[in-house]
Amino acid sequence: MATKEEIVAGLADIVNEIAGIPTEDVQLDKSFTDDLDVDSLSMVEVVVAAEEQFGVKIPDDDVKNLKTVGDAVDYILKAQG
Amino acid sequence: MSPTNRTVVVTGIGATTPLGGDSASTWEALLAGRSGVRTLEQEWAAELPVRIAAQIAVEPGEVLPRPLARKLDRSAQFALIAAREAWADAGFTAKAGEDPAVDPDRLGAVVASGIGGVTTLLDQYDVLKNQGVRKVSPHTVPMLMPNSPAANVGIDVNARAGVHTPVSACASGAEAIGYAVEMIRTGRADVVVAGGTEAAIHPLPIVAFGNMMAMSKNNDDPQGASRPYDADRNGFVLGEGAGVVVLESAEHAAARGARVYVEVVGQGISADAHHITQPEPTGRGIAAALQNLLDGTDLKPAEIVHVNAHATSTPQGDVAEIKALRNIFGDDVDHMAVSATKSMTGHLLGGAGGIETVATVLALYNRLAPPTINLDHQDPEVVADIVHGEPRPLPAGTIAALNNSFGFGGHNVVLALRTTSV
Repeated sequence: MATKEEIVAGLADIVNEIAGIPTEDVQLDKSFTDDLDVDSLSMVEVVVAAEEQFGVKIPDDDVKNLKTVGDAVDYILKAQG
Repeated sequence: MSPTNRTVVVTGIGATTPLGGDSASTWEALLAGRSGVRTLEQEWAAELPVRIAAQIAVEPGEVLPRPLARKLDRSAQFALIAAREAWADAGFTAKAGEDPAVDPDRLGAVVASGIGGVTTLLDQYDVLKNQGVRKVSPHTVPMLMPNSPAANVGIDVNARAGVHTPVSACASGAEAIGYAVEMIRTGRADVVVAGGTEAAIHPLPIVAFGNMMAMSKNNDDPQGASRPYDADRNGFVLGEGAGVVVLESAEHAAARGARVYVEVVGQGISADAHHITQPEPTGRGIAAALQNLLDGTDLKPAEIVHVNAHATSTPQGDVAEIKALRNIFGDDVDHMAVSATKSMTGHLLGGAGGIETVATVLALYNRLAPPTINLDHQDPEVVADIVHGEPRPLPAGTIAALNNSFGFGGHNVVLALRTTSV
């Protein structure tokens, strides 16, 4: 089970790999679309990578609710059970 | 001059090819007679009947930022690199609108490929089979669609007058440039970024072309394998890369003080309606394209001093092209310095018309025709002056050149360029 800090760090690495954004810029209040250059297609890549890294399932219908990094972190924390 | 008959000029060129990462290094290699063909060292190539190709000289991953490159098929990566070079070469400092010299609503992009994002399609099918549904990239469709290079170039330069992708196999790049010329001539646009790209060096296309008996299997002599017009030629060598030009109405270029390379006199187009892959052996269709060019423009055969031939190094095609030139131009062919640059670049399929237009622009601008390499024993059926050994100086005065491109399906496209200063 990953801690909140580990999930933020993991998402930062994923966003860096996919969108080229520096990891230190990936903060809880940042919007994937508006701040991190992650469009709807790249968001699918972020989700798939996060599922793999944290051992969770994020159904397509839930992805639209993950607007900020904080939304994704909370979702993953909860989904880890 | 009426708005439907505007003069079109070339103001920018760009290329990334098996000979170099830009147009200058490509041109230098063409003049030096260097071959871009090498042995395929990839593991997948070891058991293939054809193990040679003209691979890109500078990998696009070394040029484009990684987050951008990973969302583009290799064919679109090449196109974007060549288009950015051409755009800067034309003197533009930012995308249309941000650079006030170009109005986005008067800017077009026409970029073609013969096969489209074939490596993306095949690679993602492998991902589906081997890793499952969830791992197939969400970027697959926008990467594999054949209009992807044009669309990405259009977004990059902010082209809003229209973005197009004519597809006609190995004539695609030339047809794209011809389409762009018409956009300007008929008043739809003032500036168009146009060219061709291809990235098909992958086991399936290589095996498929090989099974058609269209490719040279001279695996032991990569640099000697592409030998247009030579008696021992036995098929083409696959190449990859892109060539792009910036076309502009003469008035628009003059108004912003742009450097003009050459004028685009026009184009001649026809179709063989003969066989899906075999060239019509007498060159009837090619001759019709040449005649259409003469009928539709003020080009005079006496002006034509250089031909960048289609000449892929196949036994039938090379001869049909020369026969057609003879049929239409007769003895005027004797003063045409014919160059087969595919002897060095390999055959870029839909990219060929792009890089060969860049080569033809530079040949006229520098008044120097590049050599044809590997011409050891000229086929006696090829009755023409094939430049070989070293570059050939072209005469002073107003001179013109042809760039020929023909494609599977029987598509024939001839572009005519002419110097604007003596």
